[in-house]
Amino acid sequence: MGESDEVSIRIPAHLYRKISERIEGTSFSSVEDYAVAKLSEEFPQDPVYTKEEEELIKERLRKLGYIE
Amino acid sequence: MSRPHGGKLVDRLVPEKKRSRAKEEAGEMMTVSVSNELRKDFESIAFGIFSPLEGPLIRDDYLSVLEKGRLRNGLPWTFPMVLDVSEEVGRGIHVGDDVALADDGGNFGVLHVEDKYSLDRKIHALKIFKTLDSEHPGVARTNNMDPVLIGGGISLFKETPSKFPRYRLKPKETRFLFKEKGWRTIAGFQTRNAPHIGHEYVQKTALAFADGLFINPLIGRKKRGDFRDEVIIDAYDALFRNYYLSNSATLVTLEMEMRYAGPREAIFHAIVRKNFGCTHFIVGRDHAGVGNYYGPYEAQEKFDEFPDLGITPLFFRSFFYCRKCGSVSNEKVCPHGPEDHLNFSGTKMRGLLSKGERPSPDMMRPEVIDAILKHPQPFVS
Repeated sequence: MGESDEVSIRIPAHLYRKISERIEGTSFSSVEDYAVAKLSEEFPQDPVYTKEEEELIKERLRKLGYIE
Repeated sequence: MSRPHGGKLVDRLVPEKKRSRAKEEAGEMMTVSVSNELRKDFESIAFGIFSPLEGPLIRDDYLSVLEKGRLRNGLPWTFPMVLDVSEEVGRGIHVGDDVALADDGGNFGVLHVEDKYSLDRKIHALKIFKTLDSEHPGVARTNNMDPVLIGGGISLFKETPSKFPRYRLKPKETRFLFKEKGWRTIAGFQTRNAPHIGHEYVQKTALAFADGLFINPLIGRKKRGDFRDEVIIDAYDALFRNYYLSNSATLVTLEMEMRYAGPREAIFHAIVRKNFGCTHFIVGRDHAGVGNYYGPYEAQEKFDEFPDLGITPLFFRSFFYCRKCGSVSNEKVCPHGPEDHLNFSGTKMRGLLSKGERPSPDMMRPEVIDAILKHPQPFVS
C-alpha cells in the first residue's frame, strides 16, 4: 500500500497500551501492524490468478472431482 | 481466507519449459542424497506449503527457531527444516555452491548453498522435543541425524508421483478451491488417524460456524501402531461419502512425516494450514503428542505465545458419548458423571480393530469400520 493510500484512525489509549504489551517479542513491529493484520483477517483479499493459471487449476480440480 | 504466512506464497518449482535444462545443469553438480521424508519437505517448500521458507534454514534462522520459535525476522516458525549431511559430504560443500539434490529416483532439485554449520543434537532435541529420551521418536531421529547442516534456497525441477494423486493439492489450488466454493472461513483439521465419532463431532462442531472444513491427513512416515496411510484415506473416503456434504467439507492430503513434537508441532501444523488458506485450525487434546512427554492441553496453551500467527486456533476438550444425554458431549456441557460416559479411546478402538473386531457404532461409523477392516494389516508394524 502506498503512503497516499493510508489513513489514520483513532483508538482508545488503553487499547493501544494493551496491544503494545501483547505484541512484545512478536513479529508485529507496531500497534499499526497488529491492527492491519487483524483487520485483514476480517476483510481478506481474494488470491489473484492469471487467466492461464485459473484455467489450469480449474481443469485439474474438475478432473479430481473437487468442483463440477 | 488467510494470507500466506509471511505475506507471500513461495513457489520454488522450476517452470515446466525450463525443467529439462535445469536437470541437465544439476547433472554437472555435486550431488547430495536425501531421505524420502526430506524430499517431501523440499516439495512442501517448493509448493509454498512451508511459506515463507525457501529452503533449509540458515544458521541464524535455525538458532532463532530453537530459542524463540520464530525466524530471525520475528515470524512464528516452531519446527526447524534442516538439511543434514555427513562430515565427509559437508567438506565438499561451500557457501555459494549449487548442489544437486537427489533421492533414489535421481536428481530432483538444486540447493543454492548460503550457509554451513554444525548440529548440536542434544540442544536440538531438548529445544524441540523437550526431552533427551531416545524412546521419543523425534529424539531417536535427531540422534541419527548427520552432524553438518546446510542452509539455502532450493529450486525443484521434478515432482514425486503422489501415493494418492486424487487427493494431493498445492496451496495455490486449495486457495482457488475455497474461492470457487465461496468459503470465507475455513477450519483446518490435522489428522494421522482413521476417524471415530469423536473426531467427526469435533469437525462438525467447527463446521457449525466456519463456511468450510478442510480435512488434511498426514501421509508419510509414522510410528509403529499408527494407522497406515491407505487405511486413513479409505476410512475418510467412507466417512465423506456417507456423512459429509461436498459443498462444506473437503479432503486433501499432506505428504509429510509426523514429528511428535507436541506443542511446537501444533503451531507448525497451524502455519501449514494457514498456507493452504485456512482461517481456523482445530487443536484437540495432546495434539502431535506421543507417550506422556507433553501435557494434554500443552499444545493449546502454546498458542498464547503467538498472537501474530495469523490463523485462529479452535480449542476442543475431549469428547465422549454420554449414555444419559444419549449423545456425544464434553465436560463443558454434560452434567453427568464419568459412570455415564464412554470415552473415544483411540487405543481401545485400535486394539479391537487389530483383532478384526468391530468397535460399537456409538464409537465409530460402520462404513468406516468396513473400510478399515478390508485391510488385512491396518497398522504400521
